[in-house]
This record gives sequence, structure tokens and C-alpha cells, in this order.
Amino acid sequence: MAQATMLEAIRQAIFEEMERDPAVVAVGEDIGVYGGAFKVTEGLLAKFGPDRVMDAPIAETGIVGAACGMSFLGLRPVVEMQFIDFIACCFNQVTNFAAKSHYLWDAPVPIVIRGPSGGGVHGGPFHSANPEMYFVHTPGLKVVYPSTAYDAKGLLKSAIRDNNPVLFFEHKYLYRRIKEELPAEDYTVPLGKAIVRRKGQDLTIITYAAMMHTSLEAADELAKEGIEAEVVDLRTLLPLDRETILASVKKTNRLLVVHEDTRTGGIAGEIAAIVCEEAFDDLDAPVARVTALDTPVPYSPPLEERFLPQRNDVVAAARKLAKY
Amino acid sequence: MAVNVIMPQMGESIFEGTVTKWLKKPGEKIERDEPLFEISTDKVDAEIPSPASGILQEIKVAEGQTVPIQTVVGVIAAEGAAVAAAPAASAVPPAPAPKPAAGTPAPPAVSDAPQNEAPVQVPEKKLPPASGAPQQARTAASSQGNGAEKVRSSPLVRRLAKEHNIDVAQLSGTGAGGRVSKKDILGVIESGPAQGTAAPRPASAPRPAGVVPPPTAGTAAASLETAVPREKMYFGHFEVQPMTVMRQRIAEHMVMSKRVSPHVYSVDEVDVTEIAKLRGKMKEKFEQTTGTKLSFMPFFVRAAIEGLRAFPTVNSSVDGTNIVLHKECNIGIAVALDWGLIVPVVKNAEEKNFLGIARSINDLAERARAKKLKPEEVQESTFCITNPGTFGGLFGLPIISQPNVAILGLGAIEKRPVVIDDAIAIRSMVYLTLSYDHRVVDGAIAHQFMGKIKHTLENWTESVL
Repeated sequence: MAQATMLEAIRQAIFEEMERDPAVVAVGEDIGVYGGAFKVTEGLLAKFGPDRVMDAPIAETGIVGAACGMSFLGLRPVVEMQFIDFIACCFNQVTNFAAKSHYLWDAPVPIVIRGPSGGGVHGGPFHSANPEMYFVHTPGLKVVYPSTAYDAKGLLKSAIRDNNPVLFFEHKYLYRRIKEELPAEDYTVPLGKAIVRRKGQDLTIITYAAMMHTSLEAADELAKEGIEAEVVDLRTLLPLDRETILASVKKTNRLLVVHEDTRTGGIAGEIAAIVCEEAFDDLDAPVARVTALDTPVPYSPPLEERFLPQRNDVVAAARKLAKY
Repeated sequence: MAVNVIMPQMGESIFEGTVTKWLKKPGEKIERDEPLFEISTDKVDAEIPSPASGILQEIKVAEGQTVPIQTVVGVIAAEGAAVAAAPAASAVPPAPAPKPAAGTPAPPAVSDAPQNEAPVQVPEKKLPPASGAPQQARTAASSQGNGAEKVRSSPLVRRLAKEHNIDVAQLSGTGAGGRVSKKDILGVIESGPAQGTAAPRPASAPRPAGVVPPPTAGTAAASLETAVPREKMYFGHFEVQPMTVMRQRIAEHMVMSKRVSPHVYSVDEVDVTEIAKLRGKMKEKFEQTTGTKLSFMPFFVRAAIEGLRAFPTVNSSVDGTNIVLHKECNIGIAVALDWGLIVPVVKNAEEKNFLGIARSINDLAERARAKKLKPEEVQESTFCITNPGTFGGLFGLPIISQPNVAILGLGAIEKRPVVIDDAIAIRSMVYLTLSYDHRVVDGAIAHQFMGKIKHTLENWTESVL
């Protein structure tokens, strides 16, 4: 079986779910005729026709509003944000409507909003955002951010089959850079479950998305110095897999959280708080974090490199933590 | 304006230092460049001068703590600036929130000395934690124990300590700044017998038999093994003294050298009658003319250089299967100190005349005793000389100072009856010993090298002035 990139894995998930369930439809800007800005939805229109693959006007609020309405009529729309940055435009529909509908009216909104996110590709301040935390702060939503092709496919399938709104972040840096062989048969990856990507006993690195790869590289580097880092990939940010987080921290007693999102209000703060509440007596060092800077994502490549956490930043922070 | 006092970098490869002694107390006045504190590093002990004139406002790193370079160890309130409130040494437990108890009015927050208790006069340990803290809070803070001895740990360590009935305050840690870490306490738990006894930290109090103190946790402890099970060392009544940093380094180095270099020893006897006479004759004049004393040491250094020039392998280092032949003769001279031993180095001794060598030796020795050596002055020796004869030793068999391959030991200079041309004469004699690394120096070379030294000393021609 050929290897699939993360982008292909996502396409397969949408294809297979649309084949599997006629209620699944795709909506978004340029997703039909053009095949999507990143070509994730290429071929979709030809296969499923314009009734199920809808090119939408440039109006995110309208797209999400329409998707919510479709979901009430029995459809399961998969909405694409051309860049996830633009989800800010439909913030009200997502947080005030989709997220609360089930709670207020017992009317679940089975929609998925997915889109390319993250930096490292010189996209500048409007095309590189990691806005996951706006939504992690919103009860009623699920927030998924995979780091591998296998997970992207399995999680997107779970998201589409879920009866409540799921925001699905696709790191565009990983779209074509990582690939792996995917199972031929149908599979899903459960929402809300983190995974230990690398075992270690000296410290835990909790991370997700592109930083998962940075953290694994850092862990290899640290291993040369005799520091064995355990790398935990969150995969789902909301609901957060507290069990896996706490189990790892209770084992290594030292925690570093690495994320590409900006520092203030990033998930590292939430995880640090959980660990302090639930595992204070297991901590042998303060929780440390490596994050992006508290600025917009710079356009200038050298500035962007400085802005984004690099492998060496993770190595340095882990080294310091291990010696604390 | 406050000036931070930092842990300086005492040499290129040095990343941390231990504050061994504060020479000023918080509140005391200090002049710029006046010695402020003493430190001990891997390479050297030194007095650190104050970066500014003013008043020592705060000590942030207590004596005995090891911190990375550039760490702020104290704060000086520069001249002219009011000493803001009370200096809170970091070692003092954090201030409880000011909660004025009923009937205990909080003193007003003032930035200079409060009416009844000028902070600068309060002994360090009882320093009030923060300006304006009520008296009750202060008492509570200081009654929590001796701040300077508070041991940093972690929630995990404290939990494990509780579970295993260990007193964390009695442990010394290997974490950053001496913090007791998971590793440290697991070490204690695994070592077992100390459990529940809360053995005192290395202290001077004699202890009853059967109570084994926890193993010392430190860099040295890692590389220094004990000869017998620890339990067997503690019997009867005893006192446990922690090694100083210098002692640990010496211990590590000696073990390492004996392990790395196969030592062979040779002993020669040298007639230094002529040199003793020359020294006796020139001693006063030498000191008057040059301002420095005329000892025997420069004669031996001079002779050693002759030997090293003739037999360069003795002036080398071993790097794997390479022999690094040093072109300079940098002669390390062991200087005994009340608190240990240090080996300052006369650099490029081969380029110096007799006076230059004499002056260098005296200068280095004096500054070694005054803790004023610079790190580079104890590095890069190519050959060392030690002088057990100073303390009456007939001769000694020293351990090579790595990465040298030989060390010369000087015995005591004594008048002895000697047979010369079938007659018995009274001569000033000395035993010289050479410890050499048989990986690169063979007996033939070693004995020829010693022959060269002997010949140089017995046929001394060089004028000392």
C-alpha cells in the first residue's frame, strides 16, 4: 500500500465518510471546482456532485450558519475554512450557536469545521494562526489537532461521526511533509485520547501537532545526553485526556509542555494547572513550557523562525528541567 | 540604585560556583572592590570584590550553596540610595501575608528604618521578611527555623520524605542550587538504614553508635567510592565532616590519576651542599636586591627544566594513543594550604631566568594562601613539583597531577655523612623522587631525567642574581 501524506489522509477520511453516509456533505470556499486552496477536497465534486459538495461565498458566518441549519435537517456538514485564521469571522456562530445548541435546545449540531492552521510556511499573520484556544475555552465544542496522517484520518472520521460540533485543525506544515502507510480498512481514532509517542522516565513533554515532531527530535537529542523524555501527543485538546497526562507526570515527575500556540492562555497553562491540582505531590520541578512568543505570527522568515519554538529551545528547556 | 552581585565565571569551562563565605553581613557598608564574598569552583577558590560601593542590602545565595554563573547572589544598595525596607535574604522563609492580628497594629510601611527596629541592624537570620509585615508575622517567619539552613526540595520529595520518615532538612541535594531532588531522596531511600533516624546533616555533634548518616550527595560522591560498606565505618563515637569543594576535587583527581596512569617511582639522592652554601651566602643580598626571598625551590625548578629539555617525553600528556609533547615548561608547584592544597603554575618557566622563576614561585604561593589566584594560574601545567620535605618527609611518592606524566617530589634537605673518595664527609643531602606514568615514560628515560637534574644541582654554575 502506498504511503499517504497527512493531506491525503484527510481527503480519504472525507471521501470515505461521504461514501459511507449520504448525510455527510462538504461546504466551503473553492472546495468544489477548484478542489480547495490546498487541494484537500480535489475530486470530491466529480465524485459526489454539487448537491453534496458546495462552493460557498466568502462569508464564514453564513457558511457555519448554513451548516448548523443543515445539521438540524439531518445532514452532517464538513465545513472547510480556507485558512483556519478566518474562523474568527464566524466566531459567533461557532461559540454562541453551534457550541450551545445541544445544551440549550437539545438540538445537537453534528458539524465539523476543519482547516489549515499553524505556521512555519511563511504565511504571515493572516495565514498562520493557531486559534485553538479560543475554542478550547468554549464548552460544547470538541477541538482536535492531529500530528500524524494516521491520526488525521482516524480522528476526522470520528469527528464526522460525532453528534456535536468538532473543530478540526490541520497543521499545514505537516500536510505534505509527513507520510505513512494507512490501513486499507475503515478505522477511527477516538476523540479525547492522547497517546504516548515515546517512552521515557526523566521528564514528560506534552505537545501536539507540528510541535510533536519537534519534541520527538528534541527527545532524540536529549537521549544522547542520557535524558530520556516521554513524549505525549494530546491529539485532542478538548476534551483533554487528563488521565494520560497525569499518568505520565506521575511517572516522570517533571513536565514540559510544548506548543506552537502563543504563550499566554495557551494550553500549557491549563495543563500546568491540572497537574498542580491533581499531581502536586508528584512534581519534582516546576512545570516548564516552550511556546511561541506572544506576538502575531511574523511574516519575515527569520522572525518567524524566532517566533516558533525550535528543537533547540525544547532541548534547552528539557535539559534545564532535568537538572533542576 | 541597587546593584546586583553575580556569581562570576572563573574560567572558561566553569559553569557554577559555591558561595563559601560572605565577608559582609546585610546592612554593612562596603567599598567598591572590597572583598565581598568567597567562592569555590572546580578550579580555584577566590575572593570576589564588590562591584559597587554602598550597603549590602540582600544576600540571595546562602553560604554553602552552589549556583550557576551569572546567578544574582546578592544586592548592593549603591551609595546615596536609601536602603529600601528590610532586606529579605532568600533563605528566609517567605513572608506570610500581612494579617494584622487584633490588637496588633501593623507598623506603617516605610522605606527607611522603622522607629524601633532598624532593619540594617537586625541579625541576618531574623530579618523581617518584608516591609510593613506585622511583628507577629515576623516572629512566625523567624521561628520557622534557621532560614539559612532551609533546604529546597519539591512536593514530590516532601511526599516521599514523609512516606519514608526522612527529614528533608537533613539532606544535601544535587539539584540546581543544592535542591534536594527525586534522585537524591530515592538514593537515600534505597540506601535504607538511615530510614527513620533523621540523621543529622554532616555536623560536628558526636553521634551514638549504629546511626549511619545518609550518603553524601554531591559530584564527588558520585565518583568517590567507599572502600567498605558504609555501615562498617560508623562505630563507636564519631564526628562527620563534609568535604569542602576543594577536598572533593582533590579526592576525585587523585583517584582518577591513580586509575588512569600506571605510576612507577624512582628515588635519587642528590648532594646539594654547594647550593645550600650558595643560598646561605646570597640569601640576604638576594632579598635586599630583589625584594623576594631566596628559597631552594627555584634551584629545583631550574634543574627540572634542564631535565625536561633533555627528555621531552617527561614534559608531555597522553591523549589516547597520542603523546602530546609540550613545548612550554609550565611548572606546577604544590602549595599546602591550611584548608587543602593547590598547584599554581609557573608558566613558560623555560624562558625565565633564576630571579624570574624565584619571583613567580613566591608570588604564586603568596596569592594561593590569600585566595587570590586566577583560574588560569592553576591550569596548563606540564610538570609538577611537590615538596614533602617542607614537613620533614625524608621523601614522598607523589601522585601525578593529570594530565602530566610525571611529578618530582623533594625530600627534606639534611646534613648526612656521605662517602666521598673513600672518606666520610658531612654533606647537605636530599632525596628526590619521581613518580612517572609508565604508559609513556620508561625507567631508562626516568632515570636519565633524574640524572640530569642531579647533575645540574650538583654542578650548579648559574648565578642567582
